[in-house]
Amino acid sequence: MLAMPIMMGMDIFMGTAEIRFIIKQLGGRNAPLLQVLLAVQDAAPQRYLSEEAVNEIARLLEISRCRVYSTASFYSEISLEPRGIHLIRVCTNAPCENAGKQEIQEAIERELGITVGQTTTDGLFTLESVNCLGACFMSPAIKVDDTLYGNLTTESVVSVLDSFRKEQCHGCK
Amino acid sequence: MGNIEITLNGRTVSVLENISILEAAKRNGIYLPTLCHHPDQRVKANCRVCVVEVEGVRNLVASCSTAVREGMKITTNSPRVRETVRTILELIFADHPQECLTCIRNEKCELRQIASRFGINSIQGAKTANNYPVDTSTPSIVRNPNKCIKCGRCAEVCHHTQEVGVLYSHNRSTEIMISPEYGKNLSEVGCVLCGQCAAVCPVGAIHEKDDTDQVWAALADPGKHVVVQTAPSVRVSIAEEFNMPPGSIQTGKLVAALRSLGFERVFDTDFSADLTIMEEGHELLHRIQNGGVLPLITSCSPGWINYAEKYYPELLPNISTCKSPQQMFGAVAKTFYAKRSGIAPEDIYVVSVMPCTAKKYEAIQPEMRSSGYQDVDAVLTTRELARILRHEGIDFSMLEESEYDSPLGTSTGAAAIFGTTGGVMEAALRSVYEIVTGETLSKLDFSEVRGLEGVRSASVDLKGKEVKVAIAHGLANAKKIAEKIKAGEEDYTFIEVMCCPGGCIGGGGQPYGTTQEVRKKRMEALYQVDSDMPLRKSHENPAVIELYQEFFGEPMGELSHRYLHIERAEEAEAVI
Repeated sequence: MLAMPIMMGMDIFMGTAEIRFIIKQLGGRNAPLLQVLLAVQDAAPQRYLSEEAVNEIARLLEISRCRVYSTASFYSEISLEPRGIHLIRVCTNAPCENAGKQEIQEAIERELGITVGQTTTDGLFTLESVNCLGACFMSPAIKVDDTLYGNLTTESVVSVLDSFRKEQCHGCK
Repeated sequence: MGNIEITLNGRTVSVLENISILEAAKRNGIYLPTLCHHPDQRVKANCRVCVVEVEGVRNLVASCSTAVREGMKITTNSPRVRETVRTILELIFADHPQECLTCIRNEKCELRQIASRFGINSIQGAKTANNYPVDTSTPSIVRNPNKCIKCGRCAEVCHHTQEVGVLYSHNRSTEIMISPEYGKNLSEVGCVLCGQCAAVCPVGAIHEKDDTDQVWAALADPGKHVVVQTAPSVRVSIAEEFNMPPGSIQTGKLVAALRSLGFERVFDTDFSADLTIMEEGHELLHRIQNGGVLPLITSCSPGWINYAEKYYPELLPNISTCKSPQQMFGAVAKTFYAKRSGIAPEDIYVVSVMPCTAKKYEAIQPEMRSSGYQDVDAVLTTRELARILRHEGIDFSMLEESEYDSPLGTSTGAAAIFGTTGGVMEAALRSVYEIVTGETLSKLDFSEVRGLEGVRSASVDLKGKEVKVAIAHGLANAKKIAEKIKAGEEDYTFIEVMCCPGGCIGGGGQPYGTTQEVRKKRMEALYQVDSDMPLRKSHENPAVIELYQEFFGEPMGELSHRYLHIERAEEAEAVI
């Protein structure tokens, strides 16, 4: 487990009212847990489930905290630690593996100075692996936030990262 | 259910339909190995050591989760099955600390027994050493995740039987762990210390906190007058630790065993159970006659008290202010008994033998020092006492039966049944009926409150006044009753709640192998103890009568309040 950087200028607190609203939308006390977890994570500023969120979901769904945590910790889609602004997922399935996934991953790690499971100190990127992106036709592939990038080379993947850095910079100004 | 024919290792046998292959094999003399399977629990099928071959099915199937079908051809002894099971076991061993010699579970370990049976003499593959911290955060239970084989029995009992839900599996694949959320300690979550997890764990991953050293030290201290009390249910369970069948009544040998360990006096929690009935019975009458908070709920079970404090604090005013029999005994031992025997209370050391892990927590609570000293000094579970006896090389079966010492060893049949669900209720009814009506009960058995049904209720006629009573055992059932009271749905007057399924006979500190069948036998044994007693009503206990005459004056009197009752603070806040 890594120590998480403090995200400058970000609201790390997600109100219980918002969680209550999400659960109400999904059917109240009987809302399906996995959907609730994903929805709360999507709405959370750092796209993760905080301990407060886990406790609140347990309370509202009337199940034990332990069970909520169990489900949350089972799925790689769900994070129990704060994530960066952009989420990079490297596909680890066989076609990508054969097409050079390892080199791509190492290029990202080199470029960002982090390994899978970590977040950059500036809070811009979190690097995760995923079992399949369903993009075998363009392997090796990665997904950054909601966008797929395929047929990557060790060079092109760096320019993908650069495009997000630039975008973030414009945002600053 | 009808019968069907299956072929088991080439032999055609007739078995009940719809039973599992595991059960069918067992009924035909073939014991397949199991780890995650527990007869009282739902099928989990995650350990895979019970796999067998079924003709026409490509993969091996888990026998615990596969029902027999007409004409099914099952092979349990093929080279493929043998090799697979051995590989699965080796994988489990590769991840398990090789500390069997120093493990508290040692020869009682189910994994070790399977290892011995399969004669595995080398472990293939790299040894994975885990180094998770051991949770010693509570005075009752120790949890060592390094020894966990992830069978899920503890999680099942915690979530399903008790509905407390502080243990569950987390993460996935090789990272899987069973623990409270975020790997927290039990003291940081809503654990009630019932110890049911320890009772169902097949290995040494969860066990009672061992307090045997404390007891050895006290026994060796010449300045200490060490007395012991035994809970009602221990007399019908301890023998199982020495290979006698469940339901064996071994009161005399239990007393003899304790005497041989060097306890100065062997007393009985049954004595203080009778005392509890006097206090609680009068408290009930007082509440009925003076418009007190009703229903009155029993307070004997510390797991239930912990649960109520954490999950239903609004019910605390309903719970009797009586201490549990264990604590009443401690208070009486260090006041009345100290005075009468001329021994200073600070020199008296009280040991309890309990079926319970939560009793260890109860004994060290700040309100349990009414004598000016900790009323009960050390609490041993049934399993710990058995370990001490084995350590001493005492052959339990050869002991000559002995009798409890007086006065704190004198008891009635009403006290004996405290150890089973429904027993406190029945004991209370016997006394309350006679006290209220002034009449002698013609029939002492209140069969309507007996049994193993999770929630039971009955209406009792107290000479014109109908009193509605209810009984719940196992916290999932206690929760049902608690919700009913909260919702104001039922007008019960008196409710008995026991934390563990079956009551104390199914306590978290009882001998391993407790199942519904075993509970039933222990329960029948306690009713046998009761019916064999010359006195069967608490208010007729001569030692209790004498105690009131010489010391307490009257039930619910000033001294009783000081020593036998506590204030049930409402400051406790629900954790969940």
